[in-house]
Amino acid sequence: MDLRFTAEENAFRERMRDFFTTQIPADIREQVQRGEHVSRDQQVAAQRIMNAHGLAVPHWPAEWGGQDWTPVQLYIYQDEMQQNCVPAPLGFNANMVGPVIAQFGSDAQKKQFLPATANLDIWWCQGFSEPGAGSDLASLRTTAVRDGDHYVVNGQKTWTTLAQYADWIFCLARTDPGAAKKQQGISFILIDMQTPGITVRPIQTLDGGVEVNEVWFDDVRVPVENLVGEENRGWDYAKFLLGNERTGIARVGVSKARIRRIKQLAALEHVGDRAMIEEPHFREKLAAVEVELKALEMTQLRVVADERKRDRALPNPASSILKIKGSELQQATTELLMDVVGPYILPYDDHEHGSNEPPVGPEYAAEAAPTYFNWRKISIYGGSNEIQRNIVAKAILGF
Amino acid sequence: MDFDLSDEQRLLKDSVDRMLADRYGFEARKGYRAAPEGWSRDIWAQFADLGLLGLPFTEEQGGFGGGLVDAATVMEAFGRALVVEPYFATVVACGALLRHAASAAQMEALVPGIAAGQRVLAYAQVERQSRHSLTAIMTRAERDGDGWRITGEKSLVLHGDSAETLLVTARSAGQHRERHGIGLFLVSADAPGVSRRGYPTQDGLRAAEITLANVPAEALGDPAEALPILEQANDEMLAALCAEAVGVMTAMHAMTVDYLKTRKQFGRAIGENQALQHRAVDMYVSLEQARSMALYAAMMASDPNPLERQRAMHAAKVQIGRSGRHIGQEAIQLHGGIGVTMEYAVGHHFKRMTMIERGFGDTDSHLAALARLGGLIAA
Repeated sequence: MDLRFTAEENAFRERMRDFFTTQIPADIREQVQRGEHVSRDQQVAAQRIMNAHGLAVPHWPAEWGGQDWTPVQLYIYQDEMQQNCVPAPLGFNANMVGPVIAQFGSDAQKKQFLPATANLDIWWCQGFSEPGAGSDLASLRTTAVRDGDHYVVNGQKTWTTLAQYADWIFCLARTDPGAAKKQQGISFILIDMQTPGITVRPIQTLDGGVEVNEVWFDDVRVPVENLVGEENRGWDYAKFLLGNERTGIARVGVSKARIRRIKQLAALEHVGDRAMIEEPHFREKLAAVEVELKALEMTQLRVVADERKRDRALPNPASSILKIKGSELQQATTELLMDVVGPYILPYDDHEHGSNEPPVGPEYAAEAAPTYFNWRKISIYGGSNEIQRNIVAKAILGF
Repeated sequence: MDFDLSDEQRLLKDSVDRMLADRYGFEARKGYRAAPEGWSRDIWAQFADLGLLGLPFTEEQGGFGGGLVDAATVMEAFGRALVVEPYFATVVACGALLRHAASAAQMEALVPGIAAGQRVLAYAQVERQSRHSLTAIMTRAERDGDGWRITGEKSLVLHGDSAETLLVTARSAGQHRERHGIGLFLVSADAPGVSRRGYPTQDGLRAAEITLANVPAEALGDPAEALPILEQANDEMLAALCAEAVGVMTAMHAMTVDYLKTRKQFGRAIGENQALQHRAVDMYVSLEQARSMALYAAMMASDPNPLERQRAMHAAKVQIGRSGRHIGQEAIQLHGGIGVTMEYAVGHHFKRMTMIERGFGDTDSHLAALARLGGLIAA
């Protein structure tokens, strides 16, 4: 047992840190540090810089831009990216549809999509959830009916993140309504968002921003060559996709960066005649979160070290623990930031109607409440924490 | 980055697990506790045969050269089985103190007896007013020719009633709570002037109140500057306790999951209820967090940077305490009535866990100390 990183791994960390802090524009990183959303252009710019250096999709197969790194190297890469407030390569591209196409797609699909997906020339969104199919995804009702060399797609998707920016959507649609089990008869289909019959309606979230959308498909004609893999095998590909993101979901680096910022801001805010950071009660609240975060970091490293011994095509149920605890701790940091900001969490910046007025209160106050409200999503998306508990109960505890 | 045990460590683990499976069931443990000393000399001899009593000492000293991971491996197994023998007192606590403070001659005089199971040691540190402080020492050490004489009252001395040898902290100089002036002294338990009152503890172990009246003693290391060594040894004790706690928690969690699967009410196993499954999962998350921090503690307890080491140990003890309380309370709740009786094992694990959480600095004191040091993440 040796829980220290090797000299090579430490050198690798230095290289990653150097890249992220010198090559990614400071204004983008500062914006992320403040907790603000990055624009489409900024997301694209950051990912293209990473891709130009071979760092956008290091976990992909080598022939499509992957790096053949060890799990520990991948962990260090993600950790440095998160700690240095670099916007991660778009998850829908890098972690979801890309690996599915690389694994199950046709050669033509790989050539058409993978380089453009890595470089964010194509912005993907995810068409999985439906109004009646959230945690119970397999009850989805969107249909794709074969008509000559096209599928005709009808239905509604929801919670479609950043669909307003997207060029393409990867969808689960029912191709065999008569299948014996609801998980059967689903196919994985790629659809150009410009196709006639697609309507996108934004949904405003509690922070006031627009991150998610509803997407309607009304007789949308999709060429059959946009089917990934085999017809009616889409559920298997979706499971592969969801099992792909295993260790990064703890987002320990993100929480660390948040805690650093909280400490910096707590030195500026005063409670009575001393800085908030000098308040023993606040320090203890903060320390309690730091302890859990350190434990989670070690848990994450245990899962990473275990990856060497596992079949990488199978999801690791231990990643459910990372999701549960990681989301709780990210949410805890948003509360600590509100503690620091104090009464100036009150003003609401009206995105919809715009305003040229200067912000009320200290400039760092503006994102505290929106982030708190927005980050309630973290324990809901990607398999809610209750679903994660179901997974652990079944796969680890044997219930 | 390697979390696996070495081949030797796996052998150690297997032999300890096997011995405990054979000899340390719940009923057998009751028998050991009923012995006059509150533990079994026969089991102690088996520990000696397995090489466990000489584990932390080097081969030249008569031991086996084990490190903190080896100690953690043994302690985790002991935690699962709720071992009542004075292993922590003799081998972990006094072993660490001796390794850091004793001269080669002193080691030569003591270690062979310890390793052979013929000498039990106890660490007499706590005093009535000291709570969790290592510097609140009022026991005095006075020079007497080449040696020393100790006078004072030591309290809550784990296995102090059966120990042949005591390692006693005392002040040879300096004021109460001053870092300077503290020494560590070797005292024979049957020396004139030693009086001991032994008693059972909440968790099935033994402890003693010890009065020392002008007792002859030998200094271990510098008689006035022992504090850094006491702190280093204390951190190694904490790492071992964290590992023991993980064993205790593992057992409580396993018993609870098993109970949920077998206990039937309303015509089905109670574990078919999602509400209870999710609580068992939350216990599991707490357990894995604790396990991670116990590993971190074993790694950091020997870190050469004292400040980083202290931060890590505070953090580990906080996590262990919180996880242990959560798992313990839930284990009792989910067992229902049987959980609050002495007749079933899980309650005994809960009691041990509670004493680990409250001992060697409770969760609040470690959290406060970590907060004073500025936490783990630099601004």
